[in-house]
Amino acid sequence: MTRKFKQGFWLIMMRLSILVSVLFLLVFLFLIFSKGSSVLSLSFLLEAPKAGMTKGGIFPAIIGTLYLTGLTILFSFPIGVLAAIYLTEYAREGILVNTIRTAINTLAGVPSIVFGLFGLAVFVNMLHFGVSVLSGALTLAILVLPTIINASEEAIKSVPNSFREAAYALGATKRQSIMKVVIPAALPNILTSAIISIGRAAGETAPILFTAATFYTRKFPTSIFDEVMALPYHIYALMTEGTSPQTQMPIAYGSAVVLLLLVLSIDLVAIIIRYRMRRAKTW
Amino acid sequence: MTKERLFNYLVLFAALCSVIFLLGIIISIFVQGYPIFKEVGVLKFLFGKAWYPTQDPPEFGILSLIIGSLIVTIGALIIAIPLGIGSAIYLSEIAKSNTREILKPFIELLAGIPSVIYGLFGIVFIAPLTMRLFHLSTGLNAFTAAIILGVMVMPIISSLTEDAISSVPKDLREASYALGANKWETISKVVLPAAKSGVIASIILGLGRAIGETMVVLMVAGGAAIIPKSIFQPVRPMTSAIAAEMGESITGSQHFHALFGIAIALFILTLLFNLITESVRRKIKRYS
Repeated sequence: MTRKFKQGFWLIMMRLSILVSVLFLLVFLFLIFSKGSSVLSLSFLLEAPKAGMTKGGIFPAIIGTLYLTGLTILFSFPIGVLAAIYLTEYAREGILVNTIRTAINTLAGVPSIVFGLFGLAVFVNMLHFGVSVLSGALTLAILVLPTIINASEEAIKSVPNSFREAAYALGATKRQSIMKVVIPAALPNILTSAIISIGRAAGETAPILFTAATFYTRKFPTSIFDEVMALPYHIYALMTEGTSPQTQMPIAYGSAVVLLLLVLSIDLVAIIIRYRMRRAKTW
Repeated sequence: MTKERLFNYLVLFAALCSVIFLLGIIISIFVQGYPIFKEVGVLKFLFGKAWYPTQDPPEFGILSLIIGSLIVTIGALIIAIPLGIGSAIYLSEIAKSNTREILKPFIELLAGIPSVIYGLFGIVFIAPLTMRLFHLSTGLNAFTAAIILGVMVMPIISSLTEDAISSVPKDLREASYALGANKWETISKVVLPAAKSGVIASIILGLGRAIGETMVVLMVAGGAAIIPKSIFQPVRPMTSAIAAEMGESITGSQHFHALFGIAIALFILTLLFNLITESVRRKIKRYS
């Protein structure tokens, strides 16, 4: 009896722990959306802020975030995939590979604010890029690099060896077999990884705090050396700075809903691609 | 053949980029932070109780910031460990595969929400709640920050623990059932002990994530650089001190160097946690 009771009790506790987590998520989403959706409108999305951040829309912040994340992926995706190719196809176990792996894992654990300081010291001050899209995107690119490398590695590893052997049998060189056979086969999974890191880069605040973001700018970025408004920083600034919290709050809620929709839809695309691939995979 | 060579070098260089970036981070924060250690002294910097960076004369002791970080992190783990491990056990041992397919994305979404939105949620919804519930003068304190951080760290612990549990061979479970153990006895006495090192690795990884998280503590923890007497008082964790003060400090000033000094302390802490996780993970790989 006590054994059965004990089992019943603990199994309920396990159920409860996942229930609490899922419930938190649902309440969280409900509250954010119910507060923010009343602010949403086409003009909110497509207008610039007015009257010292108390009226108008968030168009420049949306553009800034897209600009930043686009550039981030442009920097980190090629390096990440090439690094993954080295680790899976070329590397032999040894000190060099261990060093590289340790570096990647360490990089993944560095707090995002430390990336921000690094960006400030190196890109903004030392290289004189200033507070700019370029500095912010470079900082974010290094931040998401470990994610891209790890996921690409998994994707490349999952391509069966028979693919490579078939390519060799047809007379392909190693590079040809990788670029023409292995990478195309792994591409959907690699893209999923890239999409997930886009979502991560779009939502990060701390790394762009001192490297790219500004609370208010009238003009749109015309070059990579301009500072930009960005959604996550905009939310933070509206919540903590400025002169009239009462009128700023609704704009912050609205911005949060837009950022949340952006990030969640990016994640959803990744989940759908992964699901379809798992079904379509024939090997 | 030269094309092959070139490609070989290209991918090698891409892989080395991570090493270069990591070294770049280490060198840049140490170069910028070194002056404060020289001027104040390492021990006085780490264990000094007063953080008055803008006073004349300024004081640069970060003990209250370290304690702030630790309190919030420990609080977060107290919430995240049971929730994360419980969810992981449920997903991998109890749930049917349909239920798991539905529930898992929820946990993943929890991990994908930007931290600044968690911060907003904390200010607007959780802080007023704790204020009323515990009759406090402000809801922006270590307790509120710990709750939010706990929810953020939970998916990390959950997904790694799940990996560890599912890598436990099926024979062990079957042997346990054959001996007459029921499901819970099998989970608690066979599966969890076998997955122990993976579970510990997941907790340490969560610890590192919690101590390095910036936006939530910056917005929700209250920001007072004092050693708190209870968990319901406002604190100023290390990350939030850096984020809040870097904008005001003058480049190259003592304050500027002190903030990089905090970053060094933070970096070394997270590095330590990372190395432990690494070695545990490697051990698991060797056994499986």
